Amino acid sequence: MAEAQTIPGGSNTSGAIAVAAESTTATRMSAPPSFDVADFPVPHGREEEWRFTPLDRLKGLHDGTAQASGGIKTDVSAPDGVTVEAVGRDDERVGRAGKPVDRVAAQAFSSFEKASVISVPKDAVLTEPVRVSLHGEGGVSYGHTVFDVGAFAEAVIVIDHTGDAVRSANVEFVLGDGAKVTVVSVQDWDDTAVHCSQHNALVGRDATFKSVVVTFGGDVVRLNPRVTYAGPGGEAELYGLYFTDAGQHQEHRLLVDHDTPNCRSNVAYKGALQGDDAHAVWIGDVLIQADATGTDTYELNRNLVLTDGSRVDSVPNLEIETGEIVGAGHASATGRFEDEQLFYLMARGISEQEARRLVVRGFFAELVQQVGLPDVEERLLAKIEAELEASVS
Amino acid sequence: MRQCSSPSHRSPEAPMATLEINDLHVSVEAEDSTGGPTEILRGVDLTVKQGETHAIMGPNGSGKSTLAYSLAGHPKYTITGGSVKLDGEDVLEMSVDERARAGVFLAMQYPVEVPGVSVSNFLRTSATAIRGEAPKLRTWVKEVKEAMERLSIDPKFAERNVNEGFSGGEKKRHEILQLELLKPKIAILDETDSGLDVDALRIVSEGVNRVRESGEVGTLLITHYTRILRYIKPDHVHVFAKGRIAESGGPELADKLEEEGYEQYVKGGATA
Ligand SMILES: Nc1ncnc2c1ncn2[C@@H]1O[C@H](COP(=O)(O)OP(=O)(O)OP(=O)(O)O)[C@@H](O)[C@H]1O
Ligand SMILES: [Mg+2]
Repeated sequence: MAEAQTIPGGSNTSGAIAVAAESTTATRMSAPPSFDVADFPVPHGREEEWRFTPLDRLKGLHDGTAQASGGIKTDVSAPDGVTVEAVGRDDERVGRAGKPVDRVAAQAFSSFEKASVISVPKDAVLTEPVRVSLHGEGGVSYGHTVFDVGAFAEAVIVIDHTGDAVRSANVEFVLGDGAKVTVVSVQDWDDTAVHCSQHNALVGRDATFKSVVVTFGGDVVRLNPRVTYAGPGGEAELYGLYFTDAGQHQEHRLLVDHDTPNCRSNVAYKGALQGDDAHAVWIGDVLIQADATGTDTYELNRNLVLTDGSRVDSVPNLEIETGEIVGAGHASATGRFEDEQLFYLMARGISEQEARRLVVRGFFAELVQQVGLPDVEERLLAKIEAELEASVS
Repeated sequence: MRQCSSPSHRSPEAPMATLEINDLHVSVEAEDSTGGPTEILRGVDLTVKQGETHAIMGPNGSGKSTLAYSLAGHPKYTITGGSVKLDGEDVLEMSVDERARAGVFLAMQYPVEVPGVSVSNFLRTSATAIRGEAPKLRTWVKEVKEAMERLSIDPKFAERNVNEGFSGGEKKRHEILQLELLKPKIAILDETDSGLDVDALRIVSEGVNRVRESGEVGTLLITHYTRILRYIKPDHVHVFAKGRIAESGGPELADKLEEEGYEQYVKGGATA
């Protein structure tokens, strides 16, 4: 097992393409997926799925000591025709897109009071996004949300996280045949927040799922976006953008499970890091199972290290159990904003701050465009500016 | 009847820009961290006035790029003595970007790749910084397009990232494109001619000459070879050796170097 080292201002990339008869991604997990928290031992930190995470900063989300205390304000604004219901965990619409894969997610599933089910009826084409805003007021909360999007419906969903919270939640996206869904999840927490969340998407036949994950805030943010397919012809695009500051731990662990023929997936995550002990972790597991002939997949992670003292762990992992695919590839690279680049730009009259802005904006530009919502895009750009300002002062 | 008292042809609002380098000493921290600082420049004296062209020729490792980078303010080099003044202003006190805005331009021997930043965005940001205001979009687009045409740069380069994947010759042309757009007072061209084929050399030289013709730029042309001097005629030629100017003369000095090489300047004399 390749152990990540701490390199000052450093990065660690260990990618693998394995051609295997049996999935090692599944066996690398310390316990099989389950809804029951009791099925997962309390992690000690050396498990494959926890080895990068600072458990001591999870405020008890991983060991059962975090007692739900509320303290989070949830606002849902849904266009006409969309229904919002609060249901119990025995509701048949809960848990279809996937089981919790680690103890924190299982804890959330075992601890939430009511799940919300937000349904978009079939054939409905929403002209306004569904907006879910979660504003933390300092407490511990567990949540479960299901977005149930009917066949051939089209919807944009924006989930916004702000304030201070200790939060663990599972979010499901169930896409009917031919549905088109774009989800933008913004983690704009205060720097004290702890947030763990598993996103499960079940992509119907010929359906298109696009997820844009944007992580700026939090002390620890650990997200598991996961995709599986319910029928052939499905397409998943997973984009992510993170800006990891001094002391922050931001971890994105993706899985695309190709178990169905003729599906596509495209993953692109980009992160900028600055400041001491900024730590970004990116795990990209793509599994092409034996039945998933005709699969076309590509995953990419790029990191831009702006200052010394920050650390990146980037692990793309592609497992292929059938040779009859259209394409499969991965790339991971971590680059530094070099003194030579800064010198070159400044030698053309550009101030240091403007030079950083140019490079960082350029780095993120193609991902920001993926959002497709002007108000969110503007907020992202403003956020990037603010992060850069903070780095200079 | 009043006589004009100024010896210059220029109006008093735009005085003749002069770069004055006096007894400049520069050292660099050894990269392998074995030794301490190494002195590279050992007392450089040179004055470049607007409208003049000075060729600096010298063997590899003599410190030509060190001089160029030191004038532009590269952080790798430590100034240990001497002064550099642009119109009386202390250049050494200025940050890298301040120097550029004051009118110092360095065309680099090895231009740097800047991923994620398009040429067009870079040029506009740079021109905005140097000119102190954003150029009007319509005229700017035309200005860039025409300048690129003159240098035979494919318009597609505008959308490429700065220097990323450019060939050596393309990088040099891109440097001269910036020179033409930014119109500095003092242009330092560090081996802009090396790595260019004959056509590119001509195109690049014509670009430099267009800027020189304005009479508003003082040019410091660093080169190994006399071939570029066939296109760009210098007023002064300096031989650079062992971190200082060993001899200065007119254009005829270049011919002498062409025939005799640098040997007489290199041999003898101790090194540091
Ligand atoms: N970091 C460093 N540590 C030690 N020596 C250095 C360092 N950087 C440059 N030098 C030395 O300084 C000297 C001058 O280098 P410089 O690049 O200025 O030469 P040059 O005249 O431009 O040469 P060329 O014609 O090859 O471009 C060389 O001997 C070089 O090895
Ligand atoms: Mg040189």
